[in-house]
Amino acid sequence: MSQSIHTSLLKVTDLKKAYGAIQAVGGVSFEVMPGEIFGVIGPNGSGKTTMFNSVLGQISPDAGSIELHGKNITGLSPLELSRRGVGRTFQTLQVFGKMTVRDNLIVAAQEHQGNMLSRMFAPGDSGLGAKADALIDQFRIRHVAGSLAGTLSYGQQKLVDIAMAFMAEPDLVLLDEPCAGVNPSLVGGISTLLKDLNRNPKFGKKASFVVIEHNMDFVMDLCHRIMVMVEGRVLAIGTPAEIRGNKAVLDAYLGN
Amino acid sequence: MKRLHTLSGHTFALLLAVLGALLMFVVPQFLKNYGIYLLTYWLIFIIATMGLNLTIGYAGQKSLGHAAFFGIGAYTVAILMKAGFSFWLGLPAAALICFVVGLILGFPALRVQAIYLAFATLGFNTAIWLVMRNEEWLTGGTFGINNIARPAVLGYSLEGNLAYYYFVLAVALLASGLLWGLLRSPWGKAFKALRDNPIRAESLGIDIRNYTLLSFAIGAVYAGVAGALFASLVQFIEPAPFNVAASIMMYLMVVVGGAGYFLGPIVGAAVGVVLPEWLRDVPGVANWYLPMFGAAVVLLMVWLPDGLLSIPDRMRARREAREASAARASAAGKIGGKS
Repeated sequence: MSQSIHTSLLKVTDLKKAYGAIQAVGGVSFEVMPGEIFGVIGPNGSGKTTMFNSVLGQISPDAGSIELHGKNITGLSPLELSRRGVGRTFQTLQVFGKMTVRDNLIVAAQEHQGNMLSRMFAPGDSGLGAKADALIDQFRIRHVAGSLAGTLSYGQQKLVDIAMAFMAEPDLVLLDEPCAGVNPSLVGGISTLLKDLNRNPKFGKKASFVVIEHNMDFVMDLCHRIMVMVEGRVLAIGTPAEIRGNKAVLDAYLGN
Repeated sequence: MKRLHTLSGHTFALLLAVLGALLMFVVPQFLKNYGIYLLTYWLIFIIATMGLNLTIGYAGQKSLGHAAFFGIGAYTVAILMKAGFSFWLGLPAAALICFVVGLILGFPALRVQAIYLAFATLGFNTAIWLVMRNEEWLTGGTFGINNIARPAVLGYSLEGNLAYYYFVLAVALLASGLLWGLLRSPWGKAFKALRDNPIRAESLGIDIRNYTLLSFAIGAVYAGVAGALFASLVQFIEPAPFNVAASIMMYLMVVVGGAGYFLGPIVGAAVGVVLPEWLRDVPGVANWYLPMFGAAVVLLMVWLPDGLLSIPDRMRARREAREASAARASAAGKIGGKS
């Protein structure tokens, strides 16, 4: 694994996906470097989520290739991607409502240990209890760790939802609107958490992210680089400062 | 009362189970033949619905085909024993055949869910039932198969009702112990994750295909073992107890007891098979039992959709909500006092 520092973690080349006559994604290319937080912004209907779902195996792209660590992963199922170290969250809340918060976290990583047969005889927490507790403390959800996830408030569920994506120590996490529906004070909290997970995680390796988000302050503050999508195409890719100063982006998206 | 609260739910359930098992051990000594027969019948349905509880309650797969597996188990043992084979070959054969057929029935579940899956499994049950009724060369058709013997274990005959009861009790305890272990292992969490949110589960590396198929196959094994025990208990089988209505009744037992509650099938099977037998002899009630049962299920679905065993959870949730609102009220009071 002597990969050079210039090898991209995720490389998407000329990705295309059409729904009937509508070209939702029309030739999108970008690279995410190891350790990077890569933001994706764009108006509604600009193809962000279609691009996301193509990368994540939820839908199959019409054309283009997706590489992870230089290996082709185009068309792999979400299951396969998880096994290869890609984590994700969804636009809407996706927790296991009738399981406790702690069990939500444990189940989020247990299948990455051993095989079906060994898991049949493994302890209930798969030896992941300490790791789950570390994340529970980091996400400040200790007081609800024993509650059923479905009974928590929206913001608390959102935290559980995000924490779950990190349990299996993924190399790359794709976050689809982590701040949607979250109150402003929690937005700051989520930003801090993601920075910590990116720079000094409590366990495992440093995670890289691709983040779709509409909250512009959040994106500008968190991301190393940002890609702006408009009508299924890439309008610009650059640092937050570059994006802020880009006239085309200002006209198309940020407004004057 | 305080002490009770400090007992965790699990410990309490375990104590209850041990106490129940002890009762089940002692009580039959004081019962007549019919009572012993009825308890055996109950245990067999507990085993069958325990399997269905795994499929429906834990893994969330809506199956209306469970009685077919119950029937496959019963006919496997009956046919093999008629052909001169031992019950001890018939029982594992019943389990194995049900496992394989259960796996196959799981495949539609990979494509369709909820009510559509229920219909697919219902169709499966009808097909199996038709085989039982029409293939006379194999199953005896509507005449069924009679004179099914009871086995002997280590030279000790289980022909007597009490002996057979203890045998079934041992199997039931073993079956519930195995299921308990399975549900406490990572598999139990994977099944629940599949039930609560299959798309998220898959994105976390949970092979929902394997777990869906296995939830059917393992559930089917429980039904198959129960069916094998049933054939030897009643000693005469025909297609009727394995029809679609029986599957619906088993589903109801799981739901009434509490789907996803480990002890749910014990309560559900009691309500489904023991209670009607008891009430049959009560004047004025016998003719009204089914309408009353139906009405009770309707009311239960309205007020207790999670089944009878959800009552303690509901009470706890209500208490916690009360405490939380009291805490909020007192916090609000303090803020009010400062200003």
